[in-house]
Amino acid sequence: MLINCPYCGPRDLCEFTYQGDANRTRPAPDSTDLSAWNSYVYERVNTAGDHREYWQHSGGCRSHLVVVRSTLTHEIKSIGMARSETAQTGRQESAGSAPRRQEKRP
Amino acid sequence: MSLRRTADGGRIDRTRSVRFHFDGKAYTGLAGDTLASALLANGVTLFGRSFKYHRPRGVISAGYDEPNALVTILRGAVREANLPATMIEIHDGLVAESQNCFPSLEYDIGALNQVAGKLLSAGFYYKTFMGPAIGPLKGTRLWMACEHFIRRAAGLGRAGYEADSTRYDHMNAFCDVLVVGAGPAGLMAALTAAAKDARVILAEIDPVLGGSAKWSADTIDGSDAAEWAARTAEALAGMDNVRILPRTTVWGYYDGNTLAALERVADHKRAPENGEPRHRHWTIRARDVVLATGALERPIVFPGNDRPGVMLASAASRYAGEFGVMPGTRIAVFTNNDSAYQAAHALHEKGGQIDVIVDARTEISDAAAALARQIGAEVLAGHAVVGTKGGRKICGILVGALAPGTAQVAETRRQISVDCLLVSGGWSPVIHLASQAGAAPIWNDALQAFLPPDPAQKWTGAGAMLGHFSTAEALADGQSAGAAAAGGSRSRNPAVPEVEGALIDPTPAPVFEVVSSDKKRGKAFVDFQNDVTADDVRLAHLEGFVSVEHLKRYTTLGMATDQGKTSNVPGLAIMAEARGISIPQAGTTRFRPPFTPVSMGSLAGERYGDLKPDRFTPMHDWHVEHGATMYSAGLWHRPRIYGDPGETVEQAYVREASAVRRSVGIVDVSTLGKIAVQGPDAAVFLDRVYTNMFSTLPVGKARYGLMLREDGLAFDDGTTWRLGENDFLMTTTTANAGKVMQHLEYFLDVVWPDLKVTLTSVSDEWAAMAVAGPRSRDVLEGCVHGTPVDNETLPFMGIVRGEIAGVKVMICRLSFSGERAYEVYCKAGYGRHVWEALVAAGEPFGIVPYGLEALGTLRIEKGHVTGSEIDGRTTARDLHLDWLLSKKKPFIGSMMMDREGLAGDDRLALVGLISLDNRALSGGAHIVKHNDPRDIRDSIGHVTAACYSPALGRYIALALVEGGKVHHNSRAYVSDPLRGRFGPVEIVSHHFFDPEGSRMHG
Amino acid sequence: MAEYSALSLIKHAWTGNRDWRPAWRKPDPKPSYDVVIVGGGGHGLATAYYLAKEHGITNVAVVEKGWLGSGNIGRNTTIVRSNYLLRESIRFYEFSLRLWEDLAQDLNYNVMFSQRGVLNLAHSPGQADDFIRRGNAMRHGGADAVWLTPREIARKVPGLDLSRSARFPVVGGLLQPRAGTARHDAVAWGFARAADRRGVDIIENCEVTGFLRDGDRITGVATTRGDIEARKVAVAVAGSTGRVMKLAGIDTLPIESHVLQAFVTEGLKPFVNTVVTFGGGHLYMSQSDKGGLVFGGDIDGYNSYAQRGNLPVVEDVMSEMVALFPGLTRARLLRSWGGVMDMSMDGSPIITTGPLPGMYLNSGWCYGGFKATPASGWCFAWTIAKDEPHAYNAPYTLDRFQRGILIDEKGQGATPRLH
Repeated sequence: MLINCPYCGPRDLCEFTYQGDANRTRPAPDSTDLSAWNSYVYERVNTAGDHREYWQHSGGCRSHLVVVRSTLTHEIKSIGMARSETAQTGRQESAGSAPRRQEKRP
Repeated sequence: MSLRRTADGGRIDRTRSVRFHFDGKAYTGLAGDTLASALLANGVTLFGRSFKYHRPRGVISAGYDEPNALVTILRGAVREANLPATMIEIHDGLVAESQNCFPSLEYDIGALNQVAGKLLSAGFYYKTFMGPAIGPLKGTRLWMACEHFIRRAAGLGRAGYEADSTRYDHMNAFCDVLVVGAGPAGLMAALTAAAKDARVILAEIDPVLGGSAKWSADTIDGSDAAEWAARTAEALAGMDNVRILPRTTVWGYYDGNTLAALERVADHKRAPENGEPRHRHWTIRARDVVLATGALERPIVFPGNDRPGVMLASAASRYAGEFGVMPGTRIAVFTNNDSAYQAAHALHEKGGQIDVIVDARTEISDAAAALARQIGAEVLAGHAVVGTKGGRKICGILVGALAPGTAQVAETRRQISVDCLLVSGGWSPVIHLASQAGAAPIWNDALQAFLPPDPAQKWTGAGAMLGHFSTAEALADGQSAGAAAAGGSRSRNPAVPEVEGALIDPTPAPVFEVVSSDKKRGKAFVDFQNDVTADDVRLAHLEGFVSVEHLKRYTTLGMATDQGKTSNVPGLAIMAEARGISIPQAGTTRFRPPFTPVSMGSLAGERYGDLKPDRFTPMHDWHVEHGATMYSAGLWHRPRIYGDPGETVEQAYVREASAVRRSVGIVDVSTLGKIAVQGPDAAVFLDRVYTNMFSTLPVGKARYGLMLREDGLAFDDGTTWRLGENDFLMTTTTANAGKVMQHLEYFLDVVWPDLKVTLTSVSDEWAAMAVAGPRSRDVLEGCVHGTPVDNETLPFMGIVRGEIAGVKVMICRLSFSGERAYEVYCKAGYGRHVWEALVAAGEPFGIVPYGLEALGTLRIEKGHVTGSEIDGRTTARDLHLDWLLSKKKPFIGSMMMDREGLAGDDRLALVGLISLDNRALSGGAHIVKHNDPRDIRDSIGHVTAACYSPALGRYIALALVEGGKVHHNSRAYVSDPLRGRFGPVEIVSHHFFDPEGSRMHG
Repeated sequence: MAEYSALSLIKHAWTGNRDWRPAWRKPDPKPSYDVVIVGGGGHGLATAYYLAKEHGITNVAVVEKGWLGSGNIGRNTTIVRSNYLLRESIRFYEFSLRLWEDLAQDLNYNVMFSQRGVLNLAHSPGQADDFIRRGNAMRHGGADAVWLTPREIARKVPGLDLSRSARFPVVGGLLQPRAGTARHDAVAWGFARAADRRGVDIIENCEVTGFLRDGDRITGVATTRGDIEARKVAVAVAGSTGRVMKLAGIDTLPIESHVLQAFVTEGLKPFVNTVVTFGGGHLYMSQSDKGGLVFGGDIDGYNSYAQRGNLPVVEDVMSEMVALFPGLTRARLLRSWGGVMDMSMDGSPIITTGPLPGMYLNSGWCYGGFKATPASGWCFAWTIAKDEPHAYNAPYTLDRFQRGILIDEKGQGATPRLH
């Protein structure tokens, strides 16, 4: 399997680490909704077909990529940088009241 | 020269003889011979014994599809088993022996199995050996007693235990077009793609390119086919953009057009040349692939079809044409298609005598009839061979007329004396790689064969693998496939050369098995190597094992070393016939890698003898020079003890640890993971990933921190140092260095991309050493320049920068040992230099280097946890680290850590143990409450780490025990049946020594 | 249907093997059953057998999409063992091992269970302590385990590289003598035949395309061979769990499907008489009765339903083989294949009622399902018959993840590729 890292170009599977399902949404850090946390940590869509997932180019630029790949044929349909996709969609962490910055010095 | 050699022709070098041994006997062959062709030339017909019945077997094919003639090659004590004699190029000094026979190939006692023939039918093993339900042979005992002997009778060759001293290599290659197979189609494809400037790799199984052109009677471009092939190969070899890989089997078609190939670099030589590997494994990433893999001739199933001397027709023409070996003197042919006439004609051209052609068809094409006339062979149309005569060698065949429209032979019979029977049951395109690429094959009724599926990856087929069996079609296919694969360039395609040859009909009659009304004719084999007969297939049907996969698994059809290359289709046909359905309805099989067997050494490549990298710290050589026993920790090598002569491990670490408590010691901690966490949001980030607060940490100070996983369990611990407002140096445990880095990167990339933080792994940039003990400050004072190291300047958890022996260092006052201690960091390259300076400065105080055992002892005395306790199943509370769980902020794991299962009172929690019988405790021992070493039950926990404590003068341990603290000051027993240890312990607090921490703060 | 025995073999051989009957019938599905089991693999067939044998429930159908035993029961490396660390696991797998010991007689089918021992090699004092902890846990849980020194290992496993200069020198090994291997296909066939003899309908080439329901309640299955009603529907489809459960509207589960490759060499005369695992990496190997070395390593490590793996794992596994046995460089890999594993979030299985009324789920076997076959079937049958779990499978609930009552043998948390 070859993965076309947007930063490094096409590289072999052995340079990458699978980082799992990218369909999950992390609850806000201070969310007390245990079932939301449970879904995020333990529940998977486990798609038979095109699957949105994270791969880290651990043997290269170390970026996390969002890859859409068929779990039936292993054919890769699209690849993007996780950083930019998360920033655009904000899907990783639902909005919450987590303090953005805390006082840095005592 | 042997009687079996033809007068001339072939690609063997008749001027160079080669001496080799087979089964202890010396033979002479010619350069260019395979072991099979050389032995055939010497009149040898018996090559091996079959798997189950130990029947005598000859050579049936001339290539990789050979099921019978398997031998073992010996190079000294190093053995290589199960090689087809058809694939071994002989060289001077080659030593081969036959397999699966005792006492000899000629007289094999295992042949007695034939007497029990009907009993040993498919499914035999499943139906017996169950043994009685009670008594001494109950359970598996009867089976295991029998299995002992069955295993010895089974198996093929013997593998050796001797290590192989040859080398194996890996290569990675990229190309525009990979052409698999260098027959006419492949050569033409490579030529075309190369002419269009594509980067081409051409891989061919055989040592010489040309495929069927090497032995066919066709004329290509006005010359002998073989001559055209040689010319074309030479032209390709001269091109810069073409790489030719002979003796190379492309064996796997993986995802993303990644193909795996095995190049046999040196098997045809007495020994590899200097620096040369024996095998080279290629991983080829090809933009496009041309599969020109040809086709394999199928045998026909009839009684006695396994007698030595029965051979595939195409194999015979190959032996005659390529190797100048005539497989017999009086030859008969049995066919269901025209191609055998071509083979017969080719043999005739080389001087062979073809007496009779038995053809299952009643009508024969004009071209075939003309060929038969030319060679003067009698044609028996509408007939079939129903039996063979002879012992270890064929001496005659029985022929009968087929009932019209069937494969049944009724009565009329004739016996013909022959010493060789050529068989052709039609052709199966070699579609294995196409199928591996990801789709099921498609049945073609006219050709009676499976054709490749539509491509699931980027490949184009050419020639016989598409069912286009003539040379002219192969060349035309090759050109168009090569052009399509090369794409792009507008340059003209090379012209397709003209072909002259017999225009034969490629479609066979659907005759796969000849059924004789006379049942006494003997066994009719479908899978030769595994001794699967047509009756076995029918038995499988009778017992309901009718799907292809059940058939294979129940009878072992197609599971032998040839993986059913010649037997799958006939087996399927017999099953379809039995079920009364068509072959495609009966099923197809998916082909799995490898295409032909691949040496495990080649797949290991350079990793053979060098499995994984070694990680050494900058001070490694010093440790070794100073008597350290090294300990393998993951990839790292770390000092375990610096043992004095005659010391036990325990004596050594007790001496080392005592020195630390008494005066001062030094330990190499360079293996700790180190991550630079930098940027305006670094402190915020750390607050989120650690359970405790880091934004409140002043610059120039360090803090101990704990991380949880998302699920709320403890993940890793370590200290993080604030070097600047936005500049932190995080340390992790040795084992988790990589995991923590990945964990942090994931959160920054995926969850919090808005945080302005960069992470850099600096584990290998810093050498790190800890100086510990009451005199540690004295040691530093003796060698550190540029900064005071007194308690004011460098308090507990303080950081200073200075110099040691001219090298810049960073010193943090941390303690894992519980003593006053300092970690000294310097650039990795100066590690040994600084280490030696510290050791020199420590000399007046009797500084002692200490290893992992003493490090462990000191931490056990203090009750500090490591990976033995943070084992992925424990929580912060279990380890009494809940004081680190900030209530002021959320952090990774904070919401999941309080779930009911993680908060129960009966969880395993950290305690201390003191041995009450003054005997050693060991990691991995269990703890019980009852005092009976013979009653092994009811463990309440286990020892995670143990040592002799010089500070306490007792054997102590840390343990995880159900309920933890509730057992404090109570008695229990260590129960260690694996090491035969049982004894009383007292469960105590894990803080054995200096619980107030006055020693390290002082 | 007649008993199999040496005598019956001789009788049939005498009459030319013409009178054998199918090992199991090929019935058409009836319109309704008491229990329909989805999945004709090892676990589904064992469940049917024990429903009939232990609970007298014989109005049962097993529906299988393809041919019987086409999933992981026919694709594994045939290892049977109970050498686990955690109490729940030891209890369950030890129960399974005991069922294995009498399985051939019980089924009247030789599943070739060969108790040749499973040896886990340890390569550092720390790893040795870990393995001894596990061995001691086994002993305290009623299983068998012994510790072998390198000298004892050398006697037991010739050809192993036991030199001090090995990259990962062997310091000892944990042996479970009663563990071993079995003939994987025979297990499927044996359970199928035995279930069939007790009246269970085994229906091959019958794909479930949906679930029949009455409100929330599952009342049967829609299949390519028509609707089948059932009072209880049990799902035991391993790697296909996600796909099948989606048909019931269950869109997420604590399971990922991953591909695991397995390998076999050409047949060799007896080379190794024990199952050997390598602690310096991840490798398990044994030799089949036919002579092939059967072995495997890590899963490929990405979601897959494709039953095909890739080269990096192939190369890893081979390099570990020749590191352990340097004499095997010239042995040849004959065949490799892939299976789809239902990797759970803590590496332990799920055998439970639900998640919908009328439904029962058996899943999450990761790549350890083969050895569990008898106990899994036995416990699942109990759960189906009694609508509550047996003590053996009580820990294997679906809600244990949310509740944090995890059974995490490897301590890797919710990262399925690491279990």
